[in-house]
Amino acid sequence: MGCLDKLPYEVLLRHSSFSECRDYLKKNYNEIYTVAPGYKIFDVHIIGVPPVTVALDDNIVIFPFTKPCHGTFLVRVESEEEAQRLRKGSKKI
Amino acid sequence: MEIKSEISASFNLDLNTDPKEQNNTSKSALLVMGCPQVPLQTTAVLYIAARLKRAGINTVIAGTPSARLLIKYADFEGHYIDEIKDLDLTIEAIVDKGERYPLCFVFIHNDAGVSYAATMDSIMESAIYPVIFGSNAEDVSAQITFECEKITAIAAHNPKPLINAINGVMEWDA
Repeated sequence: MGCLDKLPYEVLLRHSSFSECRDYLKKNYNEIYTVAPGYKIFDVHIIGVPPVTVALDDNIVIFPFTKPCHGTFLVRVESEEEAQRLRKGSKKI
Repeated sequence: MEIKSEISASFNLDLNTDPKEQNNTSKSALLVMGCPQVPLQTTAVLYIAARLKRAGINTVIAGTPSARLLIKYADFEGHYIDEIKDLDLTIEAIVDKGERYPLCFVFIHNDAGVSYAATMDSIMESAIYPVIFGSNAEDVSAQITFECEKITAIAAHNPKPLINAINGVMEWDA
């Protein structure tokens, strides 16, 4: 499990709400999983209102990243390890 | 369940007895601070912490670096706050190490605060009390759908409406 800061990531949405990120994922991706709040992805615990949605696009993981002062960012990072872990351990919707 | 009986049950406290006579120093409440953008947050945190301390409950703050510094210097001698912790590390300790707080207040004025409150409710089997303030407090409060007792007031600079809302819930040491 790597450190998010050390991986090349792309921000798809910034300063958005948690529900906006969830809607964006459902609208733009087909492979969607739900995880519990606190689910650890890379070195980050996902903060959110359940059900927390995370998307996969091949080995690219797209997930919400929330900070108290800046709202929720939707982040896109390539990681085969995290993608496989999600496919094996999370509920697909 | 009203907060008095819930706290009493959570901490096995006799809230009618002088806290100094009770042996409950290992019991702590977690106060999760949001972005310190709204001025009254620090006041509300210290007010609730003072009330908790009067009831003999240890107080632990979790917040951003700025929020922690505001508390550190507002309560420089530690009269109201026992520990000040990093928010991310606190969540990590709860999720990965099973750290638990029987009582948790989450201070909220934006969407991110709602997400933190829902997360705390999900990762801890605790009594969660969202404390919602700011100019959009009612709209923000409506986004919180898990079972809890909310403390809500439209207030940003003048703390009195929120203090009144807190007093309406925290009655045991008045």
